[in-house]
Amino acid sequence: MKKITTILTATILASAIGAGAQAESHVDKAVAGAIAARQATMKLYAFNLGLLGGMAKGEVAYDAAAASGAANNIALLTQLNQMAMWPEGSDEMSVDGTRALSDIWSNMADVMAKGTALSDAAATMQAEAGKGLPELQAAMGAVGGACGACHKAYRAPEK
Amino acid sequence: MRGKILNIAIMLVLLTGAAAYLLTAPKRVDVATFAGLTGDAAHGAQVFNAAGCASCHTAPDAQRSDRPILSGGRTFPSDFGTFRAPNISPDLAEGIGAWSVIDLANAMMHGTSPEGQHYYPAFPYTTYTRAAPQDIADLFAYLKTLPPSATPSQPHDVGFPFNIRRALGGWKLLFFRDTWITPATPEAERGRYLVEALGHCGECHTPRNALGGLDYANWLTGAPNPSGKGKIPNITPAVLDWSEADLVEYFTSGFTPDYDSAGGEMAEVVQNLSKLPVEDRQAIAAYLKSLP
Repeated sequence: MKKITTILTATILASAIGAGAQAESHVDKAVAGAIAARQATMKLYAFNLGLLGGMAKGEVAYDAAAASGAANNIALLTQLNQMAMWPEGSDEMSVDGTRALSDIWSNMADVMAKGTALSDAAATMQAEAGKGLPELQAAMGAVGGACGACHKAYRAPEK
Repeated sequence: MRGKILNIAIMLVLLTGAAAYLLTAPKRVDVATFAGLTGDAAHGAQVFNAAGCASCHTAPDAQRSDRPILSGGRTFPSDFGTFRAPNISPDLAEGIGAWSVIDLANAMMHGTSPEGQHYYPAFPYTTYTRAAPQDIADLFAYLKTLPPSATPSQPHDVGFPFNIRRALGGWKLLFFRDTWITPATPEAERGRYLVEALGHCGECHTPRNALGGLDYANWLTGAPNPSGKGKIPNITPAVLDWSEADLVEYFTSGFTPDYDSAGGEMAEVVQNLSKLPVEDRQAIAAYLKSLP
């Protein structure tokens, strides 16, 4: 009899732990997905900026159509609705695999203002990139400044 | 006999004390060096950006501005305590509005305050000591044009024994040198000036010994971040394989060769460097590439 009780208790305990683990992994999955999505967005930025940067540095010949195309993509990226990509609890203190500081969630108005600054700079680059190399170079500086403003305030240093 | 030995011993102690006192005395510039110099505020603005003054001397929440308010207030945690950048706006009471160009030169070239006290080397006079007197005169003229702020400077939070200012004279004897750190080819000379005299890259990118003295033998080879988080990278060509064009782009837009962007303190540095003439950014890149 005692044996049965023990087995029962063990089973209940095990299933409770299992349920807990399952709930946890469910949360982890949602957060991990959000982090993967925002990092994918960053990769799209980097890819298109790389096309423009190659021209700005003089490593690749300036091509107005290619420059306009990449600048268009960047401007479009700034228009993505990212609300679902930044769930609470997806900061660097809560989970691995991100450098997002928790300050993001306590300073949302400032984050949004910095986001607007980026979309403004990207819109200028969209208009300027096809005009010529000096115009592209000038626009790169402003976009870089807008990227850096947010990274400076809200991204933890590399470990 | 015993009395004689005691007398000699006392004399020795006194002499050692006197020598230590003299050796640790704050040094000052030769006033004559600056007598004939007229400051050019427009060029002073470039010196200001190259030396990165705004990064430390503006308030932490200050908005970027072409006429920054140098009210001070940024804090710098370290192994020795927390340092706070003072108000260097032209306010007469709280800033440096009452200073002469000689006061600024003493501060930058010798780490000596107008009252004759040693400054802590959180203020990178260990770099600025190599600055050209004309650049200091120009910077002085530029600083005068900025808006005054009546915000009082905050005291440093430094415990014993590091709070004995006179002891900094000993620190300077051991670790403070005003000669160039690297030999430079003629092409790298401007870049060397920008890095070793104004830009103070070495203050973060060079490791320090236990007493905070820079390890010049490992110049720009990276160091732990004094904030405790992360590491400040090695930027010598032995480790950093960026091309000169990569470096110039980084100094201009903040984009790395992977099109990540500068973060942390470097974002601030890029904001300053991006205001320099492109030739100066190229000069810094050439200098870095010339390092071993």
